[in-house]
Amino acid sequence: MDVMPIAVEFQQVAYYLGQRSLVLNLNFRIESGETLVLLGRSGCGKTTTLRLINRLLTPAQGEVRVEGISTCEWNPIQLRRRIGYVIQEVGLFPHFTIERNIGVVPSLQKWEPSQIKKRVLALLELVGLEPDRFAQRYPHELSGGQRQRVGVARALAADPPILLMDEPFGALDPITRVELQQEFRQLQQRLGKTIVFVTHDIQEAFTLGSRIGLMQAGEFVVMATPEEFVKSTHPEAQAFLRVRGEWNS
Amino acid sequence: MEFLNRYGEEILQRSGQHLFLVFTSIAIAVLIGIPLGILITRKPALSRPVLGFANAIQTMPSLAIFGFLIPVPFIGGIGARTAIVALILYSLLPIIRNTYLGIMGVDPAIREAGMGLGMTDRQLLLQVEIPLALGVILGGVRLATVIGVGLATIAAAIGAGGLGEFIFRGVAVVDSQLILAGAIPAAIMALTADFALGLVERRLTLKK
Repeated sequence: MDVMPIAVEFQQVAYYLGQRSLVLNLNFRIESGETLVLLGRSGCGKTTTLRLINRLLTPAQGEVRVEGISTCEWNPIQLRRRIGYVIQEVGLFPHFTIERNIGVVPSLQKWEPSQIKKRVLALLELVGLEPDRFAQRYPHELSGGQRQRVGVARALAADPPILLMDEPFGALDPITRVELQQEFRQLQQRLGKTIVFVTHDIQEAFTLGSRIGLMQAGEFVVMATPEEFVKSTHPEAQAFLRVRGEWNS
Repeated sequence: MEFLNRYGEEILQRSGQHLFLVFTSIAIAVLIGIPLGILITRKPALSRPVLGFANAIQTMPSLAIFGFLIPVPFIGGIGARTAIVALILYSLLPIIRNTYLGIMGVDPAIREAGMGLGMTDRQLLLQVEIPLALGVILGGVRLATVIGVGLATIAAAIGAGGLGEFIFRGVAVVDSQLILAGAIPAAIMALTADFALGLVERRLTLKK
């Protein structure tokens, strides 16, 4: 067995909407346990790339392999239950309590109710929400930051090896956002999941990413560790780095 | 007072017939309309023809529909059966449309989250989409019921009985008391149904 098995692999992947290509020539590997941040402006194809992994989209050309198997060969339902998914709008079910929201995937997988409950309480602790106070509430009674924590807990519920996150902290106020980034960073080190994280915020990319993939017009223009990324001479990377410079000064 | 002594029993009997016509036709329209509304959320190609057909029926004058159905074999003829078929046809549009709009109106982010979590289409429908659309769907049933109570008065024209009997008779002999004997119970029925279903609807609609 490899020291670093490959969790996700893209081979010559393209996806079109009508005549227009949303992503093109995607060739990369994500190693098990790493956090790859997909960085880029709005509409550059980050979200499309993410949705190709859990087969919300299927590639028009090429192949996406998850744990060595093409997503077209996976049963899409089984595949998605092995991949945690967090989106910006959170997408909590408004008619479910927090407890039921977090327990969705385990209950789809027919866990014992007592086991689901135990798992949900443990996850609430993990994401920093007191189970006694939050388990029985509804999503609309929570703040944006608390909802986002629930979203993360829900994605982790069935202990999936891979986690996809699409600008999960994008809608939060700057202070809550930085708090959640810090906490998520610690969580990530404890859990050792493979994470693919979409953002347009270079600050966030540097905080969380073990590698950063910069996308422009549906293709990767830079794919590098944060240390290498700083040295990139690509104009788009330079543009992002300038923003970061202004932020820090 | 004298009027009530003379007609009281018939008013009750006609009200019973009227309720039967409305209740039966709404029940059947719900059983047809809700599944049809769900189907067209799954097969978008069907949504235009189905909604278009239901729309077309609604634009036809109601008296004409009752008349058209009389010569149709099996479902036609003189009597309650024909009236129920006509009322079903009329009730379908609000029920199908509200089912369709209710489900299509579920926040796409919630639908995407459900799919991303690995729900099958059936699980998504039963656990998420229908519960969230229930208030809107019930709104359609409520509208159909209120319209149905009014329309069922026309059923008397094809011999199906109901409160319309009084109205047609009253018009024929120019007796406004007789007309009111049909119109007032029908109005009470419509208002009661509207109020009761409105209560249920509000309970099922999610507070945000």
